[in-house]
Parts: sequence; structure tokens; C-alpha cells
Amino acid sequence: MTAELHEELTDPHADQLDHGAASSRPLKSRISEPQPRGAKIHGNRPVDQSEAANRFMAATEHEAMHDARLWDLRQKRDKEMHGIEEWEELRNLASGIKEHTLSKLDYYLELFEKNATANGIKIHWAKDGAEHNAIVLEILRSKGVERLIKSKSMLTEECGFREFMAENNVEVIETDLGERIQQLDDEAPSHVVVPAVHKLRTDVASVFAKTIGSDPDNADAHYLTECQREATRPLILSAQAGMTGGNFVVAETGTFVVCTNEGNADLSANTPPLHIASIGIEKLIPGLDDLAVFVRLLSRSALGSPITQYTSHFRGPRKGSEMHVVLVDNGRSARLGMEKFWPGLKCIRCGACMNTCPVFRRSGGLSYGATYAGPIGLIIDPTFNVHKYRNLPYSSTMNGSCTNVCPVKINIHEQIADWRKTLAGEGEISPVKKVMMKAAGEVLASPVVYRASLPLGRSALRHLPHFMLYNKLNTWGRKRDIPETPKQTFNEWYRKNRKQQDEGKKS
Amino acid sequence: MSGSREAILDTIRKNHVQGDRARPTVPLFDQAAPADLKALFQKSLERMGGKMLTPDAADPMAPVRQAIVKPGPVLSCVPEFQGDMQITPQTKPTDIAPVEYAVLRAAFGVAETGSLCFTEKQLLVNTTGFLPQHLVILLDPAQIVFNLHNAYQRPEWTQAHYAVFQSGPSATADIEGVLVHGAQGVRSLSVLFHPAS
Repeated sequence: MTAELHEELTDPHADQLDHGAASSRPLKSRISEPQPRGAKIHGNRPVDQSEAANRFMAATEHEAMHDARLWDLRQKRDKEMHGIEEWEELRNLASGIKEHTLSKLDYYLELFEKNATANGIKIHWAKDGAEHNAIVLEILRSKGVERLIKSKSMLTEECGFREFMAENNVEVIETDLGERIQQLDDEAPSHVVVPAVHKLRTDVASVFAKTIGSDPDNADAHYLTECQREATRPLILSAQAGMTGGNFVVAETGTFVVCTNEGNADLSANTPPLHIASIGIEKLIPGLDDLAVFVRLLSRSALGSPITQYTSHFRGPRKGSEMHVVLVDNGRSARLGMEKFWPGLKCIRCGACMNTCPVFRRSGGLSYGATYAGPIGLIIDPTFNVHKYRNLPYSSTMNGSCTNVCPVKINIHEQIADWRKTLAGEGEISPVKKVMMKAAGEVLASPVVYRASLPLGRSALRHLPHFMLYNKLNTWGRKRDIPETPKQTFNEWYRKNRKQQDEGKKS
Repeated sequence: MSGSREAILDTIRKNHVQGDRARPTVPLFDQAAPADLKALFQKSLERMGGKMLTPDAADPMAPVRQAIVKPGPVLSCVPEFQGDMQITPQTKPTDIAPVEYAVLRAAFGVAETGSLCFTEKQLLVNTTGFLPQHLVILLDPAQIVFNLHNAYQRPEWTQAHYAVFQSGPSATADIEGVLVHGAQGVRSLSVLFHPAS
């Protein structure tokens, strides 16, 4: 959330940045539009992503801003990439380091535990979200903590941490602006890096007016950010404990690393006398040489800035304070054994695959109805619940752009295809798809039937009335026009133009 | 929960990724490092939203005094500059909250990213880097490394319990991508090249 707008600093109005007085970039005014909400969740029933996506697309102001903002991040990422000659080498190294660590994960976890413990960090192990929440609650209760300040962590979203703490009368204050907006609106984050990116500034103004008493008619981003700073600061100063996640864990030095742009993790960790970090076991890397590779890649991939404003390294408690690390599995050790899907564990949560994905940009992260949205979500979510998330691997155009931008070279689009196969094999496929697949399967299984069907299909596409192509069964017809169909198939063209020539060459 | 520890490690051992996956050797990527790291540092710092102060040979601390333009308590953590407040062994992290300006010395700088490294040794109380409204930072030009690979060769990482790279001031663009400085941490960050005495 950083360098992308730093050209504004040369703006004659740049001093306004200091006061929260006004926007230094005039934003176009637009019609007010209610915020489209995310996927409707019905217990364990499969999430209908396309239903929620349709509602997001119908909210044209939201869709346009979301699409433009994320595409802008993608372009800034490209600019950074072109500025670094060794970019592809860094990606190869990052992928290789993660694969190496995952092949010796038990060794590196124990090494981290040993080194961190020697420096005074207390290490805990949690097999799932419930155990994580119970461990943290026990630590908080032992210190009589009533208020906890917290920086953003996708892992705690996985664990349902905030809901659990609310039930147990611990007040949790999110200190990342985007995450705080989402907390105050009682909504999950829609993106791993920019949690409120699906909201217009008018949506934020209405949330803040209701919750922290800002002027409902002032939707200026500087004003809203300043209101939040002023409202949160007393809570930071009075909290008895702070919580962070961890982007990277360095086994050889017993260090965990947290990257933020707001400095909120440093405030959460350094202000109260107790710091708890919740970290997934896949975040391990061997040493400091390796850390350099990831720090160089993370923010460039995420936001197109050279580094996050704050990169914080915790290796032991401050004098007179306590530091705890909860290492959380929550399905990761099982995923390690999934032949096709273990590479998802290399993910460093940069969000580049989301920013580049045409489906994500136009449907919003909340349409996925899962902790992880976008391309990485399509391949991680089914490992948590194969039935509930069985439709997600179809929310992709299979253009492969996600794989191309991934800093750790996860084969995302191939895994999406593999999930479709796996889900079909497990009978996790919707009734409509089943009927269409069966018909398509019969045609595609026989070359003779397939060739015979092509001119038919072609002529049908040209002559069928619009309503037959763009109906509810053909989900691809929605929001898209079918390309103009050629007058002949490639086979027909080949037979007419080249076949004799080619056969002449052979003889 | 020791039961979970063993259960997790056992599952990992059972499911380990197969094949030869040797640990890669990470090069330093510093062959193209320019002789003048100061210029690159300045360019990177300004990109991250930080400001460079112009040195004054006749009165080395004049740029620091001139950078302090708003009223309010000034805290100095460096011997070169006299502030209004003193850090004592009794100073609590929250005591830093009223500070308008803190003057700090960075352990070192990184030219690639315009980053400044601080550990508890420079911060004295860790919140001096985050709770003040503004930071004015002294950096010894001899302590600038070219890139992050060089930075992680430094000794600070195995000496300090806490170390942070600050690259410009606190920033957010969480509302429609509009950049705002001072989301939670400092609103501005200025740097003066000044050799350590």
C-alpha cells in the first residue's frame, strides 16, 4: 500500500498528506451505490460463487473501482519486476528454498523451536484452529488480559479467532486499517493484502459513521484514515497484550518476521508487555540468506513497492515482557501428503494471483465465501472442505496468469485443473455440470462423432437465437459474447489447402 | 500441548515431500553495485516516502533543528542532539506516546530499498520508532549496504532480540488506493547523513 502513489509527494498539495485534511488526489465523484455483500453461506452446502459474483458485477461502481485498483497493482508489480535483472532467478530460488524446507519441515520446525526457546520465546503447537484459540485464551487469562491489539493475520481468520474471543469476553482490536474496517463492518477480509479493497470510500464512511462517530457525509480517504488513527491509538496504549502473525520464520536464528506498511505490527508487539504470534507451520525457511530472497519478492509481487514500509524481526522478548509463538497446523501437515496439491504450501500470501485474475477482479473476494479467495483460494479451500468448496475450482478462465506472476512458482492453474479432475472423481460435481459433461464426453470420446458435430455446432452458433446461447445453463455465456465462429473447421481448411501438398512432400 | 507437537511432527514425517530437494545457494547479486551508495539510497528513500535533509558542514545539527517545525516534545536517542525528554530505565513503552519528534540513529541503511535498520540498541525503548508523530534519523553513510542480501550478512540479526527495517513513514492505501501517511505509526520520516562520532 505504498510506493504506488508516491509520485503524489511531488504534488503541490503533498503537505496535505500530513493533516488528513483532504485528498491529495482528486477522486471522481460517483453515484452512491449500496455495497454488494459476499456469498450466501448455508451451512455445509456448496458455495455458489457465481451467484455472489453476479451481484458484485451488477454493482457497477464497485466492480469498476475494484477491477481498476487491482489491475493497477498488477501493473506496478510488472514495473518492479522489470527493474530487477535477477527476478526470474529470485523466483527459482524462492521456489527451491520452499521445496527444500517442505522436504525437511520436521527438522526445521525443531531447529526453530530450539533456537527460539534459547532466546526466551515460549513455543506452543496447535493441531487446529480450536486448539490455537484455546492456547491463546489460556495465555491471555493467565495475565488477566481484557483487551488485545492485533495486526492482520490470515491464519487467525482460518481459526475463527475474533468470534471465539468475543464469546470469551476478550476485546480484540484490529490495527491494520483495512482489517479494522472489515472488523467494524462485521465482514471477513476480501483480499489477503488489501482486506477492504472491495469497498468504496462511501462504504467506509458509512461504517465509520456508525462505529467510530465520523462525519457520515465525509468520504475523504485522508479524513477517514485520520479518524481511525485517533480512535485506535488510545486502545493501543491501553491494551494488555499484542498479537501478530508471521510472514517468515527463520529456523537457524529462531527469528520470525512480520511485514506491514502501517507499522501496526510493531505497535502491537512493542507497546503491551505480552506479544503472541500465531504462525502456520509452512512459514519456515532455513536461514537469513534465504530471507533476503523472500523480502525482495514479497512487496514487489503484492503491491509493486520495493519493500513494505516496515519489515520487523522478532528474536526474543524485550526486557520485562513475554513472547509466545503458536505454531499452527490446521490441515497443513495433511496437505503435505497430497501428491498434486502440496505445492500450495509454498504460498507467501502476496495476493499477486488475485490481482491478476480476471475472475477475482470482477467478482470480489467475498464472492468465494471462503478464507482464501482468488486463484490461491481455489486450490487451498477444497483441502479444508471438499464439499463446501467444490464449485470454486470452476471460477477460473484457466488463462495461467496466476502461475506466471506467482513469486514462488506454484503451478496454480494446473492445480485448478487437477482439482476439477479430483472433484469429478470423488463425485463432487454439480448436477448441471454432470449432464453437460456426460454429453460432451460422448461427443469428445469419438473422433468421428466429434468431427461430424463441428459443422453442426458452427452453423448452430451462427444461427441459433441469442436466448439459446445466453441462457442459465450456459454459465460461460453470461457476461461474455461468444467469438465469431469461423466458416470452416481447421480440418476442412487443411483438407482443402494443404493435405495434398503435405502428402506430396512425404512421397 | 505436547501431544499435538508429536502428532504434527509425525504427520509431517509420514507425508514429507519426496525427491532430492537440495537447499539452493543464494548469491549476493551485488556485482552491479554502484560506488556511490548514497545517491541510490536517497532515490530509494524518496520513493518510499521518506525525506532527505541537506547537510550543513558548519552546523551539523542545524538540519535536524530545521526539520522540527511543529510544537510538542522532542525526544533524542542520540548524543549529538539535545531533546526535551530523557529515556531512563523506568521509561515505559507507552511513555513515548506524547512525543512529537524523535531523533534516532539507524544501525545501517540499505540502498536498494531506502531502508533504515534499528534494533533495541538504537531505539532504547522499542516504541521510540513508532509512537512519535515524526522521526528524524541520523545515518552514517559508511553504514549503507547495497542490497538486502548484503543487509542480511550484518551482525545485528544474531545480536538483537528486535530489529526492524523502516522504509519511509507509516503508510496505507486501504481506502480506494489513496495513499495516506501516518496510518498508525509515524507521519513523516527524514534522514540526515551524519557520520557516527
